[in-house]
Amino acid sequence: MKISAIKALLDAEMVCGEDHLDREVYSACGSDMMSDVLAYVKDQAVLLTGLVNSQVIRTAEMMDMVCIVFVRSKKPTEDMIELAKESGIALLTTKKRMYEACGLLYEGGLVGNGAEHE
Amino acid sequence: MRAGWSETERNMSESLKFHFDVNGSSFTSAGQASVQVKKSLRELGIPAEAIRRVSIAMYEGEINMVIHAHGGEADVIVYEDRIKIVLNDHGPGIPNIELAMKEGYSTAPDNIRSLGFGAGMGLPNMKRYTDEMTIETEIGKGTCITMWVNF
Repeated sequence: MKISAIKALLDAEMVCGEDHLDREVYSACGSDMMSDVLAYVKDQAVLLTGLVNSQVIRTAEMMDMVCIVFVRSKKPTEDMIELAKESGIALLTTKKRMYEACGLLYEGGLVGNGAEHE
Repeated sequence: MRAGWSETERNMSESLKFHFDVNGSSFTSAGQASVQVKKSLRELGIPAEAIRRVSIAMYEGEINMVIHAHGGEADVIVYEDRIKIVLNDHGPGIPNIELAMKEGYSTAPDNIRSLGFGAGMGLPNMKRYTDEMTIETEIGKGTCITMWVNF
């Protein structure tokens, strides 16, 4: 699924990374606990979260994630946007809640696919 | 104060060393050393999977040092086919390593959980992503964690 499709499905607003709209996302992870996110490597994933701090961007960067969606209208800070730009990560914000946002993406064909690293 | 290169040296035995001071006073800046290591390993042409494993393990370690030990030092040494990460702190030490290694066990304060960490996954994740991990710890003196990632 392309980032542009995620944006459309979640009726999301683009915060930064317009040039990444055509990038493919193969899996997804929804969590506010960054250590849980760090436990499972997924390939070219999108992170859905309600947490807003710079460690969200760093976690995504460590995991080679390509896109972060902030749910419940959460807005990243300027520092976070700057970090995301440096790392080439697209940021979106949606009014949807976590459960609904995950459900919409799943229904749209983006399944979790979180293979555990061995 | 920003974490960053305090020393980079290429020695004669084909290894490349990076040293960082991890600032323990700011949760916001935690992880900067890992970001820097990730960039450097990319430039060196290390396989992507190994880079990811090193960066995640080091990042969890850095976060731990900031949460529990007021910072510390991180050293990364790149050999021909493996990478060594040494995280050294002068914090309170780990009273029960077996317990600390259990997924879900955490002594982090509530305010850390509200920041997305302290889920009791730090040490288990570090072990999960590395080929070898040893913990040396002394109560009241500090902790030294050595991790190896082969590639």
